[in-house]
Amino acid sequence: MVPEIGHFALIIALMLAILQGVLPIYGAARSNAVLMGMARPVAIGQFVFVATAFGCLAYALLTSDFSVLYVAEHSNSQLPAHYRFAALWGGHEGSLLLWTFLLTVWTVAVTQFSKHLPQEMVARVIGVMGLISVGFLTFMLFTSNPFERLLPAAMDGRDLNPLLQDPGMVIHPPMLYMGYVGFSVAFAFALSALLGGKLDATWARWSRPWTTVAWTFLTLGIALGSGWAYYELGWGGWWFWDPVENASFMPWLAGTALIHSLAVTEKRGAFKSWTVLLAISAFSLSLLGTFLVRSGVLTSVHAFATDPRRGIFILAFLVVVIGSSLLLFAWRAPKIGLGGKFELVSRESFLLSNNVLLSVAAASVFLGTLYPLFMDALGFGKLSVGPPYFNTVFVPLMVPMVLLMGLGPAARWKQSSVPDIWVRVRWAFGASLVIAVLLPFILGKWTPLIALGLMLAFWLISTALVDLRRRMLRAGGIKGQSRSYYGMQLAHFGVAVFIIGVTMVKGYEMERDVRMSPGDTVQAGGYSFRFDGVRDLEGPNYHARQGRVVILEDGKPVGQLFPEKRQYDASGMPMTEAAIKTGLFRDLYVSLGEPIPNSGGAWAVRVYYKPFVDWIWGGCVLMAFGGILALSDRRYRIHAKKKQESHAPDNTAHVAPETATGSTTA
Amino acid sequence: MMRFILPFVLFMVLAGFLYVGLGLKPHEVESPLIDKSAPAFSLPQLAEPAKNFSPEDMKGKVWLFNVWASWCESCKDEHPVLLALAQQNLVPIYGLDYKDKREDAEAWLHQAGNPYTLVASDADGRVGINYGVYGVPETYVIDKQGVIRYKQIGPVTLGSLKDTILPLVQKLEAQP
Repeated sequence: MVPEIGHFALIIALMLAILQGVLPIYGAARSNAVLMGMARPVAIGQFVFVATAFGCLAYALLTSDFSVLYVAEHSNSQLPAHYRFAALWGGHEGSLLLWTFLLTVWTVAVTQFSKHLPQEMVARVIGVMGLISVGFLTFMLFTSNPFERLLPAAMDGRDLNPLLQDPGMVIHPPMLYMGYVGFSVAFAFALSALLGGKLDATWARWSRPWTTVAWTFLTLGIALGSGWAYYELGWGGWWFWDPVENASFMPWLAGTALIHSLAVTEKRGAFKSWTVLLAISAFSLSLLGTFLVRSGVLTSVHAFATDPRRGIFILAFLVVVIGSSLLLFAWRAPKIGLGGKFELVSRESFLLSNNVLLSVAAASVFLGTLYPLFMDALGFGKLSVGPPYFNTVFVPLMVPMVLLMGLGPAARWKQSSVPDIWVRVRWAFGASLVIAVLLPFILGKWTPLIALGLMLAFWLISTALVDLRRRMLRAGGIKGQSRSYYGMQLAHFGVAVFIIGVTMVKGYEMERDVRMSPGDTVQAGGYSFRFDGVRDLEGPNYHARQGRVVILEDGKPVGQLFPEKRQYDASGMPMTEAAIKTGLFRDLYVSLGEPIPNSGGAWAVRVYYKPFVDWIWGGCVLMAFGGILALSDRRYRIHAKKKQESHAPDNTAHVAPETATGSTTA
Repeated sequence: MMRFILPFVLFMVLAGFLYVGLGLKPHEVESPLIDKSAPAFSLPQLAEPAKNFSPEDMKGKVWLFNVWASWCESCKDEHPVLLALAQQNLVPIYGLDYKDKREDAEAWLHQAGNPYTLVASDADGRVGINYGVYGVPETYVIDKQGVIRYKQIGPVTLGSLKDTILPLVQKLEAQP
């Protein structure tokens, strides 16, 4: 009964989504206030019904109703309750439902937080989001119904993929999808600006906080996924340039470019058509990511749920959504106009270069990801593009970008001069160069790449400190700067931390892949690892062999690690559970390989010493905090905004605090 | 202005590629073992562990070599197809029980029916590695000289039997 309610709720949600997609947009074109007024209630109604469906599937999973095909395929009676719930997004149908559910959550958020916006704008934004929802609900109901019955019911389920039975995986997909789907808001704002033909800077101001929220979620989602790969796959790697990872990284790059481009459009009125195109791209890449993961056109180590028959539907949907929005762009963009002028050396042109670099980076990831498909389609055979391509292309793009990141905040809007910037950053430049040359010697190994990485990281930190000091002196201490300024600096500082993590791991990590009998020791990074053998262990839905490894420093034990080799009962899949001793400056990482036959308990054991590896994710978390800090800026709070609207309805009068202090100081 | 239509044009080209891509099967990487001799091995038989099985024993016959396991879900989809094929007596099916427990494998064959003339037991998966097994089930067509002529990755279906495997078996049977 409950699954049928869920199915029925989805059908009603589709009806409401069609109304939401058609009536408000038509009403906005006809200036019909009644039709435009339908947007909010219909959107909230759609949310209620999609949430009902979501709840019904959760109920079926939690009560282990194996007469539902999805439950029988992705759950098991022995599965712990929190993983039964997480199985909601462990398969194709469920993850689509999550996507749609989050889309309605974002739509409801738009209805609640945009009461001060012009009615036409809100009606069009909600309408566009309704149309996207129509696509997803149709897809779900016609090709991927999560409530499909299995009659007669299965005795027990096939179990959730053991790779996904992990706390990180419980929250990774919702975070990632919040980011993906969140870009639909910026997309909807851009489209409604195009539809309305009013492409002044106001739409940029309105879509900025939404874009930042989506970007924050996406950043955390990618970091969680990378952390999961690090401890769950047992190879000690944190990024594999796998198509599925790239699918989340491309929208992130486009979204990062969008955040910066929106700032310029809002404050200086420049890059208008470019910003619109980025807003379309960020969401299109999110959709494309969904297509790549769900359709099976690319092979991936973690393509969990692929089905080529569904590919045609998603592709048709992509063509309709992206194709029509790009046509709309081609039709309306020529009328946008160029906006504010700026000189070659100015903050605008630095931000433009940063945008170009980020877009080129996204394009090269895109090319590397789809290159095997292009070659295969053209009949040049099957091949794969691996990490060497991405590393070769990526590093040269990121180096100038990071240098520009340090210069951007130091430059003035509109016109700046090279000597002036040089005066501002010369100490930072000198200090980071000295540290980069000397520090690797102290650490014990000097390579050009280590020096380069450290130089970039310290360049970011020192330019941020110099800029901070300059502004403090001029504008009355800590309170003199806006939170969005601090958010920006915190996010840039996060990039520096991230670069330190990557540089140190790449430069100084140690790996030992050895055969160990009980009592054997192996050295890595100043520590000895003693293998004490394995014992049998029973988990809730798996058997495991658990090894014990004692870590010794100067002959004294400082800790123990318990890596496991698991065999899941329902699926029979073997899993490696690495054991990690985490520290601020290094991780000690042990994973069990295979037992060596006829050797009296010897195992293949992999031991890693990973200096600063947690800084990689720490950096991502700082970037996300930067986003949150920027969002808490006074001007985004609703009451402040209302006041601002009434006092300064014209965007040209809107000058953010940091612009006032940063660019008018000359 | 032409430059504003450019993103649309590029996207449509991409969509064309994606459409073609849907028809391609990236999982079907051509096996390097095609037209090479089947790697030699000698493994205990599942039913009678005292006796061994080796591909050498099959010289002069065309045969199917099917890699399966009792823990493998897709093998269960494939099983009825293999049973039907075995009843027609067109080609002998030999099994490789890959990374499996003997009792589980025997229980499964007892319960679901046994399409195999004989099953070799590859408990530690070493023979599977030599054959480049990366997803179970996989099926090899091996000719009279002991050369691998075809490899099917994933379950054998009625369609793949009719269109590919059986015509190939007939052709190979006709050869000396």
